[in-house]
Amino acid sequence: MDSPLRLIAANPVDRLARTIEALLVVASSPLSVAELAEAADDDAERVETALGLLRERYAEGRSGIVLEQVAGGYAFRASRDAADACARLFERPVERGLSQAALETLAIVAYLGPCSRPEIARIRGVAADSAVASLVERGLIAEAGREIASGGAVRYRTTPLFERVFGLESLAALPRLDDLGSDAGELRERLLEVAAARAS
Amino acid sequence: MALAAVHELDLDLEAFEGPFDLLLTLLLDEELEPREIDVAGIVLAFVERLAEREEVDLEACGEFLVLVAALLELKARSLFPDEAAELDPLEPEEAAEELARRLAEYRRLREAAAWLAERLSAERGRFFRLGPAPLAPRGERRIAPQPADALARALRVLATPPPNVSLAHMALRFPPVSQFLERFRALLARRRRFDFDSEVEGLSRVEQAVAFLALLELRKSGEVALTQAAPFAPIRVERAPRQRQGGVRPFDDERIPTWTARSA
Repeated sequence: MDSPLRLIAANPVDRLARTIEALLVVASSPLSVAELAEAADDDAERVETALGLLRERYAEGRSGIVLEQVAGGYAFRASRDAADACARLFERPVERGLSQAALETLAIVAYLGPCSRPEIARIRGVAADSAVASLVERGLIAEAGREIASGGAVRYRTTPLFERVFGLESLAALPRLDDLGSDAGELRERLLEVAAARAS
Repeated sequence: MALAAVHELDLDLEAFEGPFDLLLTLLLDEELEPREIDVAGIVLAFVERLAEREEVDLEACGEFLVLVAALLELKARSLFPDEAAELDPLEPEEAAEELARRLAEYRRLREAAAWLAERLSAERGRFFRLGPAPLAPRGERRIAPQPADALARALRVLATPPPNVSLAHMALRFPPVSQFLERFRALLARRRRFDFDSEVEGLSRVEQAVAFLALLELRKSGEVALTQAAPFAPIRVERAPRQRQGGVRPFDDERIPTWTARSA
């Protein structure tokens, strides 16, 4: 005699988690909660709960795939254990040969952006044209309108790719600028010391 | 010696490679932007050159200082054209304050760049899919299946050649110039002079224009003399006296009929 069919009602959140998993596998850039909710045709709160499940399932060290919150959304990446194998097959062209000038320009755009080339040149003391062009080509910064004054120079901001390459959840994850470097007071003292030594 | 020391200074900068005097020439000729020049690089090159020598060449140092100061001023002006007026009245203390503020800002951003470099190094093991997001196009309208005979009907309509549209009403009809030439010659054979305006009165504008061309033709060939008392006054046409008896009439010249035929 056949055993009676047992209907196992799948947990709805688990089912939603599977859908989100599928969406993230197909996506090539981070997806926000709103985007996931729209694609899954579900509400944002439930999507966040499902993402909680997935983050646990795809935590670093538990699988070859890691779910991370990056660039204002969620995305899968390879686990760090597999980094060497990945490096043998793929490269990361975005950051290859990034010069000191480009890094300084990138820092200025990340912290002070959107800002124009003349502003970057003012801070760095040298023309920023080639550094800006290189960063635009790599997709780390992009045009973000023009200045209203001073000839309408093009302004630049960082892209979601910048946050992704540097593993930042958002620009708010950057360290505070005030916590970096020395303060103006100390520099002023040193300048005055040099001036006094020269005068004597 | 001093001049040679400064001018023959070999530079290897990002924006320029070659002797210092060529760099100065290019800057003065505006072939090179001062803001592209790394002045610190030039100073370093000069200091290295000095270190190679056993004694300090004061003359060379003095000249170098003057040139570099001028170069710095050029560069500063090109970098901050709008701030010149603002910076001029600064007191030494204020200038030091401003310089310290800018240096501190730059130093903080250099630290930020160093932080980014460290972060990049730490994140070197992060691999992820990269590429344009393969998003589904939205709002694409699909056409419902159509019956084959409806398609054939539509094609038949398109394949029918359009009717020829008559442009006859657009054509301008010019009477031949020769017609007026003959008419004026006949008139001049009977009368010594006539009034052009009264002769063409009642004709259309195009006919009047052709008649005027014929008149000019007669004047050109020397058959008539034209007089007009004032602009827009009636044109009086008078038969010209014959230059020579039995001569060839100017209109027998083969050049003229060709011209008039084309005009007509």
